[in-house]
Amino acid sequence: MSHPTPAPTPASAGTGSRQYDAIVIGGGHNGLVNGAYLAKSGLRTLILERRHLVGGAAITEELMPGFHFTTFSYAVSLLRPDIIHDLDLVRHGYFPLLMPHSFAPADDGGHLILSKDRNVTIQEISRHSRRDADAYDQYGHDMTQVVKAVKPLFDTVPPNLFSGRPEDALALADLAKHLKDLPKRVLHNLVRLLSGSAADFLDDYFESELLKGLLSSSGIIGTKVGPRSQGSGVVLLFHNMGEQDGVFGSWGFHKGGNGGLTQVLARVAQAFGAEIRLEAGVSQVLTSNGRVTGVALADGTELSAPIVVSALDPRRTFLELVEPRELPDDLVESIERYRFQGTSSKVNFALDALPVFGDLDGSQFRGFTNIAPSMDYLERAFDEAKYGWYSSKPYLDCCIQSTIDPDMAPPGKHVMSCFTHYTPYHLKGGDWDVERDRLGDTVQRRLEELFPGFSSLVLRREVVTPLDIERTVGLSEGNIFAGELMSPQLYFFRPAPGWNQYRTPIDGYYQCGSGTHPGGCVTGGPGRLASQQILRDLRRG
Amino acid sequence: MIRTTPFHDRLAPRNATGLWQHWSGHLAAVKYQMDEKFEYFAVRNAAGLIDTSPLYKYRITGPDAEGYLAGVLARDVRSCRDGQAQYTLWCDDAGHVVEDGVVFRHSRDHYLLTSAEPNLAWFADRIGRRRVQIEDVSAQYGSLAVQGPRARRILCGMVPELETLRYFHHTQGTMGGAAVHVSRTGYTGDLGYEVWVESDDASRVFDAVTEAGAGQGVIPVGQAALLMLRIEAGLVLIGVDFHSSRFAETDEQRSTPAELGFGWMFRDVATTDRAFIGRDAIRRELAEGTSRWAMVGLVVDWRDWDERHRAAGLVPPKDEHPVVWEMMLYDDAGERVGYTTSFMYSPALQRHIAMARVRPHLAAVGSRVQLEVTIEHRYQTVTAEVAKPPLFNPPRKTDVPSPASSAPSAAAPSASSAPPTRSSTTTGVPA
Repeated sequence: MSHPTPAPTPASAGTGSRQYDAIVIGGGHNGLVNGAYLAKSGLRTLILERRHLVGGAAITEELMPGFHFTTFSYAVSLLRPDIIHDLDLVRHGYFPLLMPHSFAPADDGGHLILSKDRNVTIQEISRHSRRDADAYDQYGHDMTQVVKAVKPLFDTVPPNLFSGRPEDALALADLAKHLKDLPKRVLHNLVRLLSGSAADFLDDYFESELLKGLLSSSGIIGTKVGPRSQGSGVVLLFHNMGEQDGVFGSWGFHKGGNGGLTQVLARVAQAFGAEIRLEAGVSQVLTSNGRVTGVALADGTELSAPIVVSALDPRRTFLELVEPRELPDDLVESIERYRFQGTSSKVNFALDALPVFGDLDGSQFRGFTNIAPSMDYLERAFDEAKYGWYSSKPYLDCCIQSTIDPDMAPPGKHVMSCFTHYTPYHLKGGDWDVERDRLGDTVQRRLEELFPGFSSLVLRREVVTPLDIERTVGLSEGNIFAGELMSPQLYFFRPAPGWNQYRTPIDGYYQCGSGTHPGGCVTGGPGRLASQQILRDLRRG
Repeated sequence: MIRTTPFHDRLAPRNATGLWQHWSGHLAAVKYQMDEKFEYFAVRNAAGLIDTSPLYKYRITGPDAEGYLAGVLARDVRSCRDGQAQYTLWCDDAGHVVEDGVVFRHSRDHYLLTSAEPNLAWFADRIGRRRVQIEDVSAQYGSLAVQGPRARRILCGMVPELETLRYFHHTQGTMGGAAVHVSRTGYTGDLGYEVWVESDDASRVFDAVTEAGAGQGVIPVGQAALLMLRIEAGLVLIGVDFHSSRFAETDEQRSTPAELGFGWMFRDVATTDRAFIGRDAIRRELAEGTSRWAMVGLVVDWRDWDERHRAAGLVPPKDEHPVVWEMMLYDDAGERVGYTTSFMYSPALQRHIAMARVRPHLAAVGSRVQLEVTIEHRYQTVTAEVAKPPLFNPPRKTDVPSPASSAPSAAAPSASSAPPTRSSTTTGVPA
């Protein structure tokens, strides 16, 4: 591989004569992964982060002494195994902690626990429906077969449908063969998930409302769909794509929260020689004659590099960091049409003790606590969002991470993270700065209903609305996936038709954020695949 | 009649599985929770309580005790000072290992020796005319291992000396009003201690430890998780990784210390005037390089493993349950060059790992071997690389906080250990 010839140093370069081969904009998990791979390949790499800490939406903050909040994203599953090994994350402290089960409480005092232990799960489901018990095994098996079929697509650069290049034609032929070779049932299930609703898929297996509420909630995470909306199937599939220790759809907490994970990624990137600069927001990507030349920082500093990679979302990558006039109209139009409409919030609590549910001993909280007692509950919560307001009885995906990782809170105390849905970014006739606390009250009231005495345990509350996500992290409209994970915005079309291979129309300017394939969640996939594309292009010269 | 340990009253109600195994005639919990993996994680991330009371414990006393032990134990007990402990072996005349154990030195004339199997006759028969008494005190004491990164801060509230107690040292104190002996030893390869207590006081001590650990993720840990932990820690197990030379049928089943990776115990064997059982044979073996095997760690090539299973249409299994029977090892030419004795998927290391014996020329770190596995009823091989055990070896296992920084705080981030993320101000980005 030949190093690109460094451009002349601008006089204003902040680091003297130091030149970079590549500059990555954004120190979220994808930016860090991308920068680590580039540095590992020998490129002098600079990662620029606007905030005072790396991690983007995957950070852990000590909001009161001893209490560590996963402010935004809060669990791991989808981090690509290749990254763990290629970058030797374990050496730098990668440590995912498994959760023993998921817990679904119901308002009538009932509950359901889906355990890692199959026998426990069968007993638990049988309490609600005997036929659902073995249907659950069938569902797990069918979903695993679909995940196996999709995994190779998930972990490779997708072909470009529109390039006319021979390598894309070959990749498309491979893809067609891969799909053609799938068993009939697997292919059909795949299409049903890609195009249909989570409800339709789950109704084929189950009758228990509590079980369906728990499973279908994976079909709405981060997306403005209800479980009965077409399109929720793909979100359901996406959330089963993760794996831990060889088990698909298995989730855990990283030691120290998701901030613990991004700290590991930062150490890894640095170990490979990447430089990370904090409080270095980029105002503009510099170009000359259709080629990238570097970046200008918010403070006016200009840094030059022949490769610039944006880990920001597609709106910022194409419409804000560069002059849209330098881009083809159809790309600009696609990006303007690209749907963000963030719908998720977080409400985080510091708790004096574990909440109480019936006569359970508290160990039920060692995993996700899923507050969606039925599919109807989710659908009704969605109804309010359709008409521009947040759910009066929201869907909550809670986790008390301190039950798994005692370092997250002082002994006996706890931190509780509540992913909250639906809370549309655009409130009709309202304003998140006004509604923030009311949303916190809504969530707390809901928890009080299920766990009497909850409010008296609250030592501190933090409410993070879609507007706060946008302001703090920079994700447009607060969409946690840097754009919705719906079929029109996936694979061939993420983030735009013809621009799904991490390149941009500007030579040397690349994209590596969650707005690219395979998409959102803490997968690192975009960062990794983008680095492959960049290095391939470099080799071609 | 199966017996129970001194901690049984406390542990039995905590065993939610109803599963017990027999360990030296005692009930020992296989696991307390449905999935032992979470007990494993408790040790690697918080602390686990392991009832190790069924170990055999021998008290060795008398004015000639030091000289006696220096002659029957292969490792020189004279280099162990009062208040220290030593991992040790005893061998036969041919230089084959009889067994391993830990000897705790209280004074020149007072020792405690632990072992997995009964050894009273073997040791008593070798006293001769020396002024030595050996007493089986196995039933008089319970032992509770408290293992994991939180172990120190949980215990040092009760026994402040533990704050600075060094690896393989021991001290006295009280817990729950009962006199205890605490050693910084264990079978997990992590920061940890073993608490030795008179059987009658065991429940009080257990209560005191659980109270001190309340709200910190401390749970009892059964045998299943312990066997995972010890493989990552590279700690050999009799009957699995080696066999007692006393009961082996052939020399093929026997091992020398060097073949088990304990050559380092005998750096002075060429010159020492200490006569100990097996010395001449060990001296000869080390001088002439006649060891048949080298004990190594193996790390399986993850990509190879995944691809071979995927090619067979399978989700690559990542099963943490140890495989404690032999899996064959070959070199690239297909020559048989060794075998694994313990194999597992390590959740902490995210790799399949093994303890294995290879021919000495392949013992160097980085040597490649082919591991035979069965995939869909067909023998296949996957590449594995020789690595130095212990494969999981966090600095916290042996480190001692300096007195200045002895406030309870997490250890510094480091290789193979989970990093604490204290706050958002630790950006991982030093200037």
